[in-house]
Amino acid sequence: MTRKNSGRKLPPFKILSTTAILGYGFPESSFRKGMSLKPDLIAADAGSTDPGPYYLGAGKSFTNRSAVKRDLRLMIKAGVENNIPVVIGTAGGSGARPHVEWCLDIVREIAREENLHFKLGIAYGDVDKETVKKALKEKRIKPLAFVPRLTPEVIEQSENIVAQMGVEPFIKLLGEGCQVVVAGRSYDPAVFAALPISRGYDPGLALHLGKILECAAIAATPGSGSDCALGILEEDSFILEALSPERKFTPQSAAAHTLYEKSDPYELPGPGGVINLRNCSFEDIGRGRVRVRGSQFVPTDRYWVKLEGVRLTGYRSVSVAGVRDPIMISKIDSILKAVEDRARDIMKIKPEDGRIFFHVYGKNGVMGELEPVKKTASHELGIVIETIGRSQEEADALLAVTRSALLHYGYEGRIATAGNLAFPFSPSDLAMGKVFEFSVYHLMQVDDPAFFETRTEEL
Amino acid sequence: MTAKTKTAGKKKRNILQVARVIRSKNSGPFELTLDIMFKERRHFDLFREKKIITARKIARLYRIPESDVLKIIYFEPSQAIKVTIKRKIPSGAPGDTDIYGAQQHVPLFDLEF
Repeated sequence: MTRKNSGRKLPPFKILSTTAILGYGFPESSFRKGMSLKPDLIAADAGSTDPGPYYLGAGKSFTNRSAVKRDLRLMIKAGVENNIPVVIGTAGGSGARPHVEWCLDIVREIAREENLHFKLGIAYGDVDKETVKKALKEKRIKPLAFVPRLTPEVIEQSENIVAQMGVEPFIKLLGEGCQVVVAGRSYDPAVFAALPISRGYDPGLALHLGKILECAAIAATPGSGSDCALGILEEDSFILEALSPERKFTPQSAAAHTLYEKSDPYELPGPGGVINLRNCSFEDIGRGRVRVRGSQFVPTDRYWVKLEGVRLTGYRSVSVAGVRDPIMISKIDSILKAVEDRARDIMKIKPEDGRIFFHVYGKNGVMGELEPVKKTASHELGIVIETIGRSQEEADALLAVTRSALLHYGYEGRIATAGNLAFPFSPSDLAMGKVFEFSVYHLMQVDDPAFFETRTEEL
Repeated sequence: MTAKTKTAGKKKRNILQVARVIRSKNSGPFELTLDIMFKERRHFDLFREKKIITARKIARLYRIPESDVLKIIYFEPSQAIKVTIKRKIPSGAPGDTDIYGAQQHVPLFDLEF
């Protein structure tokens, strides 16, 4: 990965990042502007763990199919027609096999509709359970901060375990002449950094640039996740450039982005090493552009990849209601406790088999236990009643009983005896389906960084 | 909102007078990361020199054990302090209230110095 060029000066390498997450959209004008600057690479990150564990577990994308198709059509058409590689990482939002297949389906559809022919490279991010178990046995697994210890049982219970691939699988596929690459779970910067690293550009600069470009214009000011950004990689620095007139990069906006969603802005760990930004400088070079220098890639002794996996923890049902009665509001905690006890008594269900949560908006619905304000000053409360059962039927039944118990609960001092809740909807109850939780969030040491399954397809 | 900090001698100032950005966000599903960016360099320097933000203070504001405060980092290019704490409940697990962790910053508004 620390391949050095042989003395020959490297020309500027231009990377067009279209959008923060594929499917979030971008103005065509910004894209055209970016294309007019003749980029060497068009890339976008398509995923995140931010929307929670459900999407990885369910094999569904949190992005919308039509929106993803719209973004991809513009990118692939321009890329193929101008012979510029198009690289997509963490396809389908979570980057497991069903997500990648979902995205490939869209790519094939576009190729058919636009009559485009190209070599498609595919890299899967999935890691099978046996591989993880073997690594666990060989002590090649370590947890990240605050993550529970991994056991063979947890691995067995987990679904769609993926690993964040580094630049290596991309370099392999691009080296095989793929015009478009669609990859499963990827380290966000990899889609931007792989091609320039393979051409001899400094990996520290390439990965840091990728880290910024993965959020497209979010690091500009005003920031936007739905606008393009251009990164120009040079031998000893890189330049950030916005592509719409209302935006610019400033040293502050570029630096501040490094803080976002990370626990340490100076050391950004990734597959195979750490991007160290201690000696990094951000310089305003005019016309809304910023030059960044000094980013370093420090390889680790062993190559570690981050694993992600989720397990099914039950089925959820919810009901939304409001409370306006001040007498009830003043006693809400004790009322909810009594209602939960009553529902459990009726259903004869133990807390571990059927869970009941009241999200009380106007009180502590947002912060839960962390809420420092203990007494609500609100004249009305919104309550989301949530139940989680071992099956959808159990969750539905527990919700129905809890909801009706709360609706008619005769609390002390009650003078409104017709009903305690205002329901905005009929039906009042909503079956939400499977509930997942993150079960694997660990590092795994691997010998071959390109161990991910790859294949190519002629379209 | 909370118990008033003692104001013996010099009058205490509130973080909102000197901060440009105060925000929270997930840093992965098991951590919550809190950013405070200062309007002026001198306040960033003051906070760093006087160690105004400590694990103990964060633990008190959030009513969490000190061991749940993972790290406190000073980031010069943004005149920012970053504090990372343990999520009470991992993102999206049963009982979670804020999948993205984007609305957990408000206890920091009570920081006085």
